[in-house]
Amino acid sequence: MNLTLNDEQTILKHGAHEFFKGRMPVKQLRELRDRDDDKGFDPALWREMANLGWAGILIPEEHGGAGFGYKGMGQVMEEAGRTLAASPLASAALIAAPLLLATANEAQKSALLPALAAGEQLIALAHDEAPRHAPTRITSKVDKRGSGFVLNGCKTFVVDGHVAQQLIVVARSSGERDAPAGISLFLVDAKARGVKCTRTRMVDNRNAAQISFDNVELGADAVLGRLDEGYGALEKVLDGARAALAAEMLGTGTEVFERTVAYLKLRRQFGVVIGSFQALKHRAALMFCELELTRSAVLGALDALDSGLKDSAALCSLAKAKACDMLELISAEAVQLHGGIGMTDAEEIGFFLKRARVAQQWLGDASFHRDRYANLLGF
Amino acid sequence: MSSLDDFRAETRAWLDANCPASMRTPMPEDERVWGGRQPRFKNPDSKLWLERAVAHGWTVPGWPKAYGGGGLNSEELQVLKEEMQRLGCRPPLFSFGIGMLGPVLLKYGSEEQKLTHLPPIARGEIRWCQGYSEPGAGSDLASLATRAEDQGDHWLVNGQKIWTSYANYADWIFCLVRTDTSTKQGGISFLLFDMTSGGVETRPIALISGSSVFCETFLTNVQVPKGNLVGRLHGGWEIAKELLQHERGMISEIGRAIGGVVPDVDVVAKRYLGDADGRIADPVLRDAVARHVMDDRAFGLTLRRAAQESGAGAANGGVSSMFKYFGTEQNKRKFELILKCAGTNALGWQGEGFSDDELTLCRTWLRSKGNSIEGGTSEIQLNVIAKRVLGLPD
Repeated sequence: MNLTLNDEQTILKHGAHEFFKGRMPVKQLRELRDRDDDKGFDPALWREMANLGWAGILIPEEHGGAGFGYKGMGQVMEEAGRTLAASPLASAALIAAPLLLATANEAQKSALLPALAAGEQLIALAHDEAPRHAPTRITSKVDKRGSGFVLNGCKTFVVDGHVAQQLIVVARSSGERDAPAGISLFLVDAKARGVKCTRTRMVDNRNAAQISFDNVELGADAVLGRLDEGYGALEKVLDGARAALAAEMLGTGTEVFERTVAYLKLRRQFGVVIGSFQALKHRAALMFCELELTRSAVLGALDALDSGLKDSAALCSLAKAKACDMLELISAEAVQLHGGIGMTDAEEIGFFLKRARVAQQWLGDASFHRDRYANLLGF
Repeated sequence: MSSLDDFRAETRAWLDANCPASMRTPMPEDERVWGGRQPRFKNPDSKLWLERAVAHGWTVPGWPKAYGGGGLNSEELQVLKEEMQRLGCRPPLFSFGIGMLGPVLLKYGSEEQKLTHLPPIARGEIRWCQGYSEPGAGSDLASLATRAEDQGDHWLVNGQKIWTSYANYADWIFCLVRTDTSTKQGGISFLLFDMTSGGVETRPIALISGSSVFCETFLTNVQVPKGNLVGRLHGGWEIAKELLQHERGMISEIGRAIGGVVPDVDVVAKRYLGDADGRIADPVLRDAVARHVMDDRAFGLTLRRAAQESGAGAANGGVSSMFKYFGTEQNKRKFELILKCAGTNALGWQGEGFSDDELTLCRTWLRSKGNSIEGGTSEIQLNVIAKRVLGLPD
């Protein structure tokens, strides 16, 4: 297992660092929030990101992508996490693209992947149905009708759901509520009759939607992959997304930690900088340890995904669980150690806290992943 | 790349041919080979394994061949480590000479000192102990008061050391002494001497675990040859701190080193709490066990990443402090969690009603409490991280 970056990945990370710092600082997210932007991201900046190859980062070159793999994706996500950059990177490049690669037929691939890679097409995954991530708990239902299907159900926290032109809907074509078997994937036009999309304004100012499907008619070609057998591919893609989201959270945690340590060196009370107090030093040192462990877990998961290791599922759960615990700790400590300043909207620390909690819930929080890790290891 | 593959194949073949079968089993603490003038081999195979490893330079595979080492580079060392783990090979020799003194002697020692002391360490012929802490100098180590006075042709050493691990079995000591009382850190020197010198007395200290791995060491008018001072006169603190980094690296691995004897937490939890499918029935403990083994995995990956990043191991003081802090706290958590899972079965002190493993668990739990004190307390490690890594002011 290689837990370091090669030259190409280092250059990618460095380029992403400069891009997000220069073009998409936290200030840009604040501007989107303050004008209640109806898209929730800046399409011009998303085009710039696509021109850098990031929209197609997981798409192989023959389909118009850059083919950097998960380790490359993780570097871009980490740097995006540092500035809380709002873009469809995760929904389109991290989830939709590999899911289509794994399940779509050649016609669907050639129709969709080049447009995804170019950043022209947005596709969102409509999966969760409950407030906590439960990937097999699917009650949305498809029934056969004529040569096609009819879809009914309700999805929540569909990230970028209100800006996507197409949706990949996880629905049950057979089986009991929690069974992996019987779960199928369908490509659904977001404008199709019976699709109702309500944008949900989340605390982190990023995009999500509740989407209901009321007798939505689908053609036979709407199925991605095999009917009833969608969960295997979905779970692999979810794992990749968990690892890369953990990388984003690592970037967020690193940034807010660095800001906090800088503040400890600046703020004076009792005639000295507060960073000289041992009680605060120890808390900072503990946070540093958690960041280092998370970085190793994230690199381990990304490397395992790229090299197809057998236990990559456990490593992805490890990465997401560590990232959740680390970021819960650091984002809360950052507010406390900034004192009253940390509670103000003028200071950016609160933006990190808000994003942290949404990212923690997305794709499973720490207790979800500890339970999954225990299941995978057989205890 | 292919030469490394060749090395792996050769290493695997050599280990397979030379490591006796009984040396590929988990090692009880009393079968550890420490070497020295009166070496003890509870298992005769361990003598054979030591001799073969010595002949190959693999008791200290990373040291130069001139000093009895194997001359391996960092990549080869990693391969050797992986192959030994794969076969379950025990380390052929444990020693503070290997883990602590050797690395600083290689860096600060004169050529004569290296040639005198390193090969006997590599061969397991001389067992060393560490004369650092004193009754009045624990976390504030630099306040140590044991004095070495220049008597022209020798140093005259007077004072008392404490927590000297295995001093009662050691042949030689590396010792911090005060050679200048006018400054603190700047008045410390690094001295080596034979434990059979006149005026050296050791007294084992009974611990809460029932064992006595530590000693009080009394030094009364001990005469030490002038040539036994390592590095610069009054320049011992720099060496002392660097040696501590190696020691902390050793201690942070302690949980992993005894892993063969005390099983992993999930294994113990399954044994005591597993239902028919092997699932830990208590959901709260199951979550705690998962958290623990996941932290273990993340810590293992961090050690590996550090090795890959630096090539040569613990060079950064902040990183070795992080490993020491996390490794020892994690090991303490491990035993507390095992105690919870095994209940009163892990709380037997001696005699009937408990398996040997259970009695060992209890003693090892008590011993683990020292991990976060010895080699610099957890609190000191956090201070070091805050200062050296994060740049927070004193």
